[in-house]
Amino acid sequence: MEDIESFRQRARAFARAHLRPIGPTVMTVRSAVRDEEELAAVAREREVQRLLFDAGLAGVCVPRAYGGQGLTAAHQRVLNEEIAGYEFPSRLQVPTFAPCAAVLLEFGTEEQKLRHIPAMLRGEEIWMQFLSEPSSGSDVAGALTTAVRDGDGWLLNGSKVWTTGAWWSDWALCLARTSWDVPKHAGLTVFILPIRQPGVEIHRIEMLNGNREFCQEFLNDVRVPDADRVGEVNDGWTVGTRWMFHERMSYNSPLVTFPAGTVHGGAGGTGALDVARAAGRLDDPSVRERVGEARVLEVVGRELQHRVAEGIATGTMSSQASAVARVYHCIASPRQSTIAFEIAGDAGAVWSDDDGRLAACGTDFLMRQVTCIGGGTTEMARNVVAERVLGMPRERTLDKDVPFRDVPRSSSTKR
Amino acid sequence: MLLKLTSDQELLRETTSRFLDEHASPDAIRRLRDDAAGFADGYWRRGAELGWTSLLVAEEHGGGSVSGHGLVDLTLVAYEIGRRAAPGPLVPCSVVAAALSASGGEAHAAVLAHLIAGESIATWCHAEPRPNDRLGQVALEIRRDGGDVVVSGVKRPVEAAAQASHLLVTGRTASGLAQVLVPADAAGVAITPLQSVDLTRRFATVSFDRVRVPAAALVGELGGADRHVERQLQIALVLLVAESVGAMQSAFDMTVQWAQDRYSFGRPLASYQALKHRFADMKAWLEASHAIADAAAAAVDAGSPDAAELASVAKAYVGEHGAELLQDCVQLHGGIGVTFEHDVHLFLRRVTLGRALHGTPAEHRRRITDLLERGTEAA
Repeated sequence: MEDIESFRQRARAFARAHLRPIGPTVMTVRSAVRDEEELAAVAREREVQRLLFDAGLAGVCVPRAYGGQGLTAAHQRVLNEEIAGYEFPSRLQVPTFAPCAAVLLEFGTEEQKLRHIPAMLRGEEIWMQFLSEPSSGSDVAGALTTAVRDGDGWLLNGSKVWTTGAWWSDWALCLARTSWDVPKHAGLTVFILPIRQPGVEIHRIEMLNGNREFCQEFLNDVRVPDADRVGEVNDGWTVGTRWMFHERMSYNSPLVTFPAGTVHGGAGGTGALDVARAAGRLDDPSVRERVGEARVLEVVGRELQHRVAEGIATGTMSSQASAVARVYHCIASPRQSTIAFEIAGDAGAVWSDDDGRLAACGTDFLMRQVTCIGGGTTEMARNVVAERVLGMPRERTLDKDVPFRDVPRSSSTKR
Repeated sequence: MLLKLTSDQELLRETTSRFLDEHASPDAIRRLRDDAAGFADGYWRRGAELGWTSLLVAEEHGGGSVSGHGLVDLTLVAYEIGRRAAPGPLVPCSVVAAALSASGGEAHAAVLAHLIAGESIATWCHAEPRPNDRLGQVALEIRRDGGDVVVSGVKRPVEAAAQASHLLVTGRTASGLAQVLVPADAAGVAITPLQSVDLTRRFATVSFDRVRVPAAALVGELGGADRHVERQLQIALVLLVAESVGAMQSAFDMTVQWAQDRYSFGRPLASYQALKHRFADMKAWLEASHAIADAAAAAVDAGSPDAAELASVAKAYVGEHGAELLQDCVQLHGGIGVTFEHDVHLFLRRVTLGRALHGTPAEHRRRITDLLERGTEAA
C-alpha cells in the first residue's frame, strides 16, 4: 500500500499542475446563478473529476476492483488537505459518492458496482437521491412512489422532490414502495434509474433567493429492469437505514473529496463584522455586542464539530451524537442570520447594488430556515438527541404495525 | 471535559473526585452555609496535597504540571469542583500562584511556597466598584515613593479576602498597569464582607487607604504588568468556565434522571415531546460548552494567538447558556426546584456566580468584537 507521505507528494504535485487556485472554500446557500454558468461549472467539475481519476486520486477509499485506489481514510484526509485552496468537483461529491456510491458498494450487485462506480469516479455519472417526496420529507419510510412488477422488470409511478441539480444529473438512487399491504417499513425497495428518460419529468423549483437548483420529478410508468434493483424486494428499509447513515456522514465521509479548512460562510463572526462596517454602525455598543455574539456562535460551533467528530471517531460517543451538533447548528445559524439582518437596518429589506455587503442580508434572512430543514429538520434532530442519545422514551407511533394502505395521510395525497 | 485523558491526568481527576465525594457532599456544603471561610479547616491543605495548587507554578519554584499542560490539568480539578459546587478558593489561589511564578518569584518565594503547600491563601484584587466596574477598568493607583510603593483605591468583589494572607493588587501607574503583593494585615487595608448568591464562596470589598509597602512587594515591573494581567484574566476565565461546565453537567444529569422517574398524567416527563426537545437543546448547549471550555484551556495554556478570543468566547457562551440551562433544570423540576432542600440550587448558584464575575457575557461579546476588529485591521 502506498505510504501517506508519497501519496501526499503525489496529491500536491497534481493540485499544482492541474487545478486552478481559488482560495479557501466557503460553504454558503447558493444564490441564483444563470443556467449557462451552472452548466459550465458542472462541465468543468466533470473534467476535474476525470483528471483526478487519471492521476490515480479518485476513489481513494474505493476498492481497486471498482476503479478506486484501495487506500485508507487517512489518505483521503491528506488529499483533502492538499486540495485546500484549489478548485475541486464540489457538485460531484454529495450525493454521488456519499451516499449513492456508498450504498452501491454496500448493497449493489457486482454488475451494478462495475457498471457505475468507475463511471462515477471518472465524472461520467453524477447521481441524485430520489428520496424525499411532496407528501413526506421527515417521514422517509412513508414513500408513496410505487413500483409494481411488469414482466421481468418494474414500473415506477410517483413523485420525488428536493433533488438539487437533477436537471444536470445522470442517475438516481430511488426509494419506492413495493407493497401497500404491510406496515410502511416492510414494503419498500430501492432501485437505480437513469434520470434522463421519457418517463421522468423534471421541474425546477424556485426558492426564495432565486435559486432554481432544487427539482421535483414526476415518474410516469418509468420502466426499471430487475437488474437495477438494489437489495431484496420489500427489504428496502435495510438499505434505507444505511443510506441514511451515509447521508448523515455527508462531507465527513471518507468517500468524499472536500478541501480541508472549508469555512461556512454567511453571517458568522467576520460576516457580521463586515455587515456592521458596511452599515457604518461599528461605533454602536449594541451592534458590537451582536457582532461578538455572532462570532461566539461561530467559534463554539467549530469546536463542537471537532468534539463530536473526535467522540465518534474514538467511540466515546455513538454516531447519533452528530445530531447534537445538528441541533446546535439549527439554533446558531438562524440567530447569526438574524443578527446580520438587524445590523443592516432598513437595507436588510430594501437595498441597491451599491450597498455592498448589506445587499445580501435580506435574502439571507428570507432563507434563514433552510439549513434547519434540509438534510433533516431541527425537530427531527431533537428527537434523535432526546431518544437515541439521552435514552428518553420514543414517540408513540400510530403507523408502526398498520398496513400502509390503512395509515392516515394528508388529504391532498388521497387517491 | 476532555474526551481523552493521559493516565496521570486520570489519576489527578480520580483522586480529586474521591476527595470531593468525601468532603464536599451536598450535606457538607449546606453545613458550611454560615461558616466564615466557606470551607473546613484543613480542606484546602488536603487539596494542595492532591496537587491543586502547584499546576500553574514552574518546576523551579516548586510546582509542576501532570501532563505538561498545567492549566489544562487544573481545569480537570475545576470541573470536578464544579460537579459538586464544592468549596475552596481555587480561582484566586491559582491566579496568584501563576502570577508569582511568572514574575520570577525570587522576591515572593516564601509566599509562593506557602501557597503551594495550601498553608495560606492569596487572592487577586482586580475588579473595582461602580463606576469603574466595567471589564478591564482599573482606577486604583500604585505610586512609587522612595523605596516604597503606595497603593490607593478600592477593589470589589475580591474572593476569599478575609481568609487571605496576601492580596495581589492590580493598579494603574503613569506608564501602564502594575501589581503589588500586599500583606492582608498591612496598615490601611480594610476588608468588608459582601453577600453573594453562592453558599460557600466568600467575597469582600477591600479598600487600600494609602497602603505603603516596600518596593520589593512589586510583582513585575512598575508599569509593565498589562500583559501579565491579561494572562491572569484568561486563567481566571478558563477556570470559571471549567467549573461552570461541571456544575451544568451535574444539574443536567440530575434533571434527566428526574424526568425519567417523575410521572405525570400516566407517563414520565421524559416521554413528552415538548420536554424532550428542551432536553435536546440543553444537551447541545452542554456539549458545546464542554468543547469551548476545552479549546479555551488548551489555547490559554499554550499562550496561542487566539487565547484571548477563545477565553472570552468561552466565558460569553458558558456564562449565557450555563445560567439558562440551570434555569431550565429548575423549571423542569417544578416547585421543588426553587427550594433550599433540593440540590439543584447548589449548581444554579455556582453558574450564576461564574456568569457575573470577570465580565458578563455582553462585555465579553464586545471584547471579542474589539479583538476581531483589530485582527481584520492588521490583515
